[in-house]
Amino acid sequence: MSKYRKLLAASVLGACVAVPAYADKFGLGRPALPEEIAAWDLDVAPDGTGLPEGSGDVFTGEEVFAEYCAICHGDFAEGVDNWPKLAGGEGTLADKDPLKTVGSYWPYLSTVWDYVNRSMPFGNAQSLEPDEVYAIVAYILYSNDIVDDEFTLSHENFLDVEMPNAEGFIVDDRNTAEAHFWTSEPCMVDCKESVEITMRAAVLDVTPEEVEAEDAGQNPAAEQASTAVEAGTEETTALDPEMIEHGKNVFKKCKSCHQVGEGAKHRTGPALNGIVGADAGAIEGFKYSKAMKAAAEKGLVWTDEEMAAFLARPKAYMKGTRMSFAGLKKQDDIDAVIVYLKSFGS
Amino acid sequence: MSENSKDKAPSRRQFLSGAAAVGVGAIGAGAARAAGPDPLITQVQEWAQATGEGVDATPYGLPIQFEKDVVRRNVEWLTADTISSINFTPIHALDGTITPQGCAFERHHSGAIELSKPDYRLMINGLVDTPLVFTYEDLERFPRENRVYFCECAANTGMEWAGAQLNGAQFTHGMIHNMEYSGVPLRTLLEEVGVKPEGKWVYVEGADASSNGRSIPLEKAMDDVLVAFKANGEALRKEHGYPVRLVVPGWEGNMWVKWLRRVEVTAMAIESREETSKYTDTLEDGTSRKWTWVMDAKSVVTSPSPQAPITHGPGPLVITGLAWSGRGSITGVDVSVDGGKNWIPARLAAPGTDKALTRFYLDHNWDGSEMLLQARAKDSTGYVQPSKAQLRDVRGENSIYHNNCIQTWWIKETGEAENVEVS
Repeated sequence: MSKYRKLLAASVLGACVAVPAYADKFGLGRPALPEEIAAWDLDVAPDGTGLPEGSGDVFTGEEVFAEYCAICHGDFAEGVDNWPKLAGGEGTLADKDPLKTVGSYWPYLSTVWDYVNRSMPFGNAQSLEPDEVYAIVAYILYSNDIVDDEFTLSHENFLDVEMPNAEGFIVDDRNTAEAHFWTSEPCMVDCKESVEITMRAAVLDVTPEEVEAEDAGQNPAAEQASTAVEAGTEETTALDPEMIEHGKNVFKKCKSCHQVGEGAKHRTGPALNGIVGADAGAIEGFKYSKAMKAAAEKGLVWTDEEMAAFLARPKAYMKGTRMSFAGLKKQDDIDAVIVYLKSFGS
Repeated sequence: MSENSKDKAPSRRQFLSGAAAVGVGAIGAGAARAAGPDPLITQVQEWAQATGEGVDATPYGLPIQFEKDVVRRNVEWLTADTISSINFTPIHALDGTITPQGCAFERHHSGAIELSKPDYRLMINGLVDTPLVFTYEDLERFPRENRVYFCECAANTGMEWAGAQLNGAQFTHGMIHNMEYSGVPLRTLLEEVGVKPEGKWVYVEGADASSNGRSIPLEKAMDDVLVAFKANGEALRKEHGYPVRLVVPGWEGNMWVKWLRRVEVTAMAIESREETSKYTDTLEDGTSRKWTWVMDAKSVVTSPSPQAPITHGPGPLVITGLAWSGRGSITGVDVSVDGGKNWIPARLAAPGTDKALTRFYLDHNWDGSEMLLQARAKDSTGYVQPSKAQLRDVRGENSIYHNNCIQTWWIKETGEAENVEVS
């Protein structure tokens, strides 16, 4: 109530001078509850502020890393394809192409913990327990030869870890180091003796081709339609549009690794057009795990039942699959996503 | 690199189609004489006879089909995945200064999310008197401002450090857009919660899965930072942070947190991943600059350029481009047609405004010979845009970010253009 009165007083004052200026607070918003702050205020500062209690060792970290991180970052944190390398690169920062990793570049350990905790794994962020985060961070440190294989990282010894490039940074000094760029009156006439072309972009030829506009400038309505009922085979007309819509929503969990629909390409996982009912491990141009190849040889077919079992608990269903996904807990999510996949052919 | 692949390069293709569209161009100065009556004039055209679409055909309009090439494009080899990636504004095909939202570049770290207004919450906590939670509706009840600012990714032109690489202004300079924002000063919200004396920074964070967060000194937060919910008069697009994003004028785009969900007042910088492992600039000796927030003065000729070749013959030619500075306003732009030997002051379409794009024109009489086209921006602090050589002298070639060097387009006698470096 008091806030309301303040606002009222302020508006009256404002009206008097005919300016919408408020001398005091507006009384908008409501106090944040401690539970709400605890849920959102997760960042960790270099001095350890915000770090929860817990611990994790290198050995456990290796297992957790293999489960959740290795699909993109490699078993040894060496990076797969274009995904970030997390280890190596020591002493390369002054080289022509420096390799910037946690070990060679990152100045604060808090940043690693904070990033893994809040932003990873890609596509399933904020799903790790504090002890798992400690273990992953311990393993990344081990991969960079910063700790040995017996090491356990905890909130208690966190600040003892020395990051190799901690002293490698200076605060922006452009105002002094580049003071000569403030020349005010630059040269206008006869500024150079001669001008020669020293390098041409066409020689490198890395500019993307301009794809035909039909692919690029789609209107959103058409795009939506193509992902739903119209895209698939005739069979799709029998599919429940509500299930497709639900499945499309569930598929967001899969999207960081899989594409489906017109123009779908292989990403970390294979493109999934026509996957339901297809032979396992048979999509052209994708490198499957040994486990998937073995299952394919035994004649595994992605029937509704097999697909449902796989999606419920991928790692339990197929030991050794590269798909690092915990699984879909709800049966109706599983059913819906299968229907959604069927809408792209089966 | 075969002849075949060269033929597919955008400049070549666009050049050819452009030339064909023009038909028999004028050769030499003066108005061209028509060979015969133009059927587009002498014959009644279909559009002049039948009727067009009704007012109910397009409740929300997109550009006409003939403009379908004017779209954002991405460079596939740049990133591992399009979900954590960037695309580029087609600046070579735009004019004026305001970037339409639908073709303004996007950069996401975990994809563009859909967050509705009813589901939106903004928390301000940390070293404050009363931590508060605001709904979207709450934000709309604070006094609002309208401001035009550019947003440039710190990595704009980043692929060009080691040499001329991408053939097109869209790709070399397209990680930029310029919009009119409507929103509430962050200062107003910070005053509402009451900042404690020990609060020196704010840590701002997004609601998406990347949880992208950056530390901003309190001084800047209390100065010109906006909590924005409209851009160019309409709601922010999903890809630009609907329903609410932060606008941090003049500072690198990564700090303009989208889907803004939390502002925490802190005593120190959080040193998040985006302000340590990324968005830091490694110098030649291996040490790295951090907290390089402000975007230096920069300009680029947008046309003619590799994707916008000259398709007419010699004679009147409009040379145009964009200039901007994160430190203030643009006070002048010089253009060189001879690779920086001599400079001509360009005409600013309107006086430069604070931390916003400025359009410049040079109304040139092209003699049909080769040009090495450059632009050089000057800002209100007296800063003059440096050459690539000057930048490399100070920073080496490994900086990635903050490349504001003078760009050179080699305009050939045919009117085609190529990204080159010159001595």
